[in-house]
Amino acid sequence: MKTLLPIYTLLIFLVTAGGELEAKTIRVGKSRTVQAIQKAIDLAIDGDTVLVDPGLYQEEEIFVQKSIILKGINYPVLDGRNKYGIIRVNARDAVIDGFKMQHSGRSEIKDIGALMIYDSYRVVAINNILDDTNFGIYVQNSTNCTIKNNFLTAYGKNEVQSGNGINCWRSDSLLIIGNKITGHRDGIYFEFVTNSLTWRNISRKNIRYGIHFMFSHHDTYIGNVFEENESGVAVMYTNNIHMYNNHFLNNWGDATYGILLKDITDSEISGNHFTRNTVGIHMEGCSRINLYKNAFYNNGWAIKVQASCDQNSFTSNNFIGNTFDIATNGSLVLNSFDGNYWDKYEGYDLNRNNTGDVPYHPVSMYSMIIDSNPASLMLFRSLIVSLLDKTEKVIPGITPENLKDEKPLMKSLPL
Amino acid sequence: MKKIFKYVLVDIVQNKIVLIYTLLLLVISLSVFNLENNASKGLLSLLNIILIIVPLICIIFSTIYIYNSAEFIELLVSQPLKRRTIWLSIFSGLSGSLCLAFFLGAGIPILLYHADPTGIIMILMGLSLTVVFVSIAMMAAGLTRDKAKGIGVSILLWLYFSLIFDALLLFLLFQFQDYPLEKIMVFVSFFNPIDLSRIQILLKMDISALMGYTGAIFREFFGNTTGIALSFAGLCAWIFFPLLTSLKKFKSKDL
Repeated sequence: MKTLLPIYTLLIFLVTAGGELEAKTIRVGKSRTVQAIQKAIDLAIDGDTVLVDPGLYQEEEIFVQKSIILKGINYPVLDGRNKYGIIRVNARDAVIDGFKMQHSGRSEIKDIGALMIYDSYRVVAINNILDDTNFGIYVQNSTNCTIKNNFLTAYGKNEVQSGNGINCWRSDSLLIIGNKITGHRDGIYFEFVTNSLTWRNISRKNIRYGIHFMFSHHDTYIGNVFEENESGVAVMYTNNIHMYNNHFLNNWGDATYGILLKDITDSEISGNHFTRNTVGIHMEGCSRINLYKNAFYNNGWAIKVQASCDQNSFTSNNFIGNTFDIATNGSLVLNSFDGNYWDKYEGYDLNRNNTGDVPYHPVSMYSMIIDSNPASLMLFRSLIVSLLDKTEKVIPGITPENLKDEKPLMKSLPL
Repeated sequence: MKKIFKYVLVDIVQNKIVLIYTLLLLVISLSVFNLENNASKGLLSLLNIILIIVPLICIIFSTIYIYNSAEFIELLVSQPLKRRTIWLSIFSGLSGSLCLAFFLGAGIPILLYHADPTGIIMILMGLSLTVVFVSIAMMAAGLTRDKAKGIGVSILLWLYFSLIFDALLLFLLFQFQDYPLEKIMVFVSFFNPIDLSRIQILLKMDISALMGYTGAIFREFFGNTTGIALSFAGLCAWIFFPLLTSLKKFKSKDL
């Protein structure tokens, strides 16, 4: 301890001395001495601020390797002329704030992001507008970075040639907050991203998925909106995810899901709204997921649970106005469905405890038939089908007998 | 023609059965909308009424009415009137009054509680089914002089269109499960007016589900303007074909 003391003193001295050094501000603009952003960055040292005047800057990939604040005044335009990436960051504590980045390049060989952040620590990208970019913000092998209030628009035509909006790979503790993403391949894409928070983003009208992640454990998703994406949302091979109060809206089409959960385990999904999707949730090989207090309104199928799922529990959810509530593909049921509100429930409640006295079977026989023979959807709601469905309700033959809600609620939950 | 049409219309509107039919529809639709806490669920219950009760009442009532007015028809035929005019006036009188009954009984509640595209297509389909089944009834009644036989034929026809046809289709679907049947199904649906109207309503009602795999094919066909026009044309064919057949028969009939 005694030997360490001088070192501590020295450290404290150094830190305070560093603080006393005046951090300077370098201004960049057409009418100023420094006219190129890259030159200003080269001149700066750690802790400086580079302030960029409005205007058009056509530089080749700006490289930020210092702990500086790079700030645009009134959205200066950085143009990649469809050839280059726009900003490349490899730094600690750098901030990229308030730029308009447009026309970034595209390469067949490597992924060029308009804003590339790699091998970095505590980098912040905030209030930027990205327009007509291939990959938008690309975070790679970085920790504690924040991507906040950015506005990303792309005009991708097909899945192969377009890039993702916010693409994160092998990173940890990221904050993705309040971004608006449109027209990319996947709005948000995570691969090997852990302990991160995705909060209040709006991802709509992307060519493939609103959000797509895999191998991204211990992540939390709160209050995001995923709307009208070509294939909805798909998440895979991940454990310990937490999804609260997200909205999955209007994802229509063949193989389009509000959210596709594939091999997701030990997770919580609560307070989410699934509205007007062809399929609200599609689950495959999922285990130990708690789904509670979600609202399923006006979907084709509220939930499709494949027989490969086990120990998932569905409680206190609202199922209202869905064509089919639950569909499954086998007779084996290892999940529980107790205590939900189903608008199709026709039972009674004699002791008035707001819990129905007879169990509800949420799988309609016809949804099983459609699953095995899709063309038969045409006969849906015809007299013969209603009769078959009623018979099946009385004497279950095809539908899994154990898939039932023992305690269906009589009144919908206020969600 | 106008005069006979008016006679028939007034005669039927005063008929107790039609009054009861109107009231029944009115009570059912009002209670359905008031009992269910959301209106779209009420609409779903009404769908079954429209697809089952409306054709049944229309076909049976019209058949019986034609048999009962045999003397009236004979009287008219003895007048200097074209048989074609007589038959068409009876048809328009019948369908007009039953449409009026449907509109008062079911149409107005739907408009009150659910005046959106789904509700409107439902009213349109209810009206078309009314006319189609009056037309089919006139064909059935023209087939035989025997009243019991005629009514039997109508009931069988109703049973065929609302139940047996779909059951057969379901059976075939499973027999030929391995083949792509979607396009054939679209074609086959034109052979049943109830199916045609049901699909039109379904497309408005269960839009999310129908956007699924096969749904896409049905939607591609029935969802676009050509498809809608074609299915309306199909329904019109279902009005005119039986009507013209019966008219041809009536023209040369020995009364």
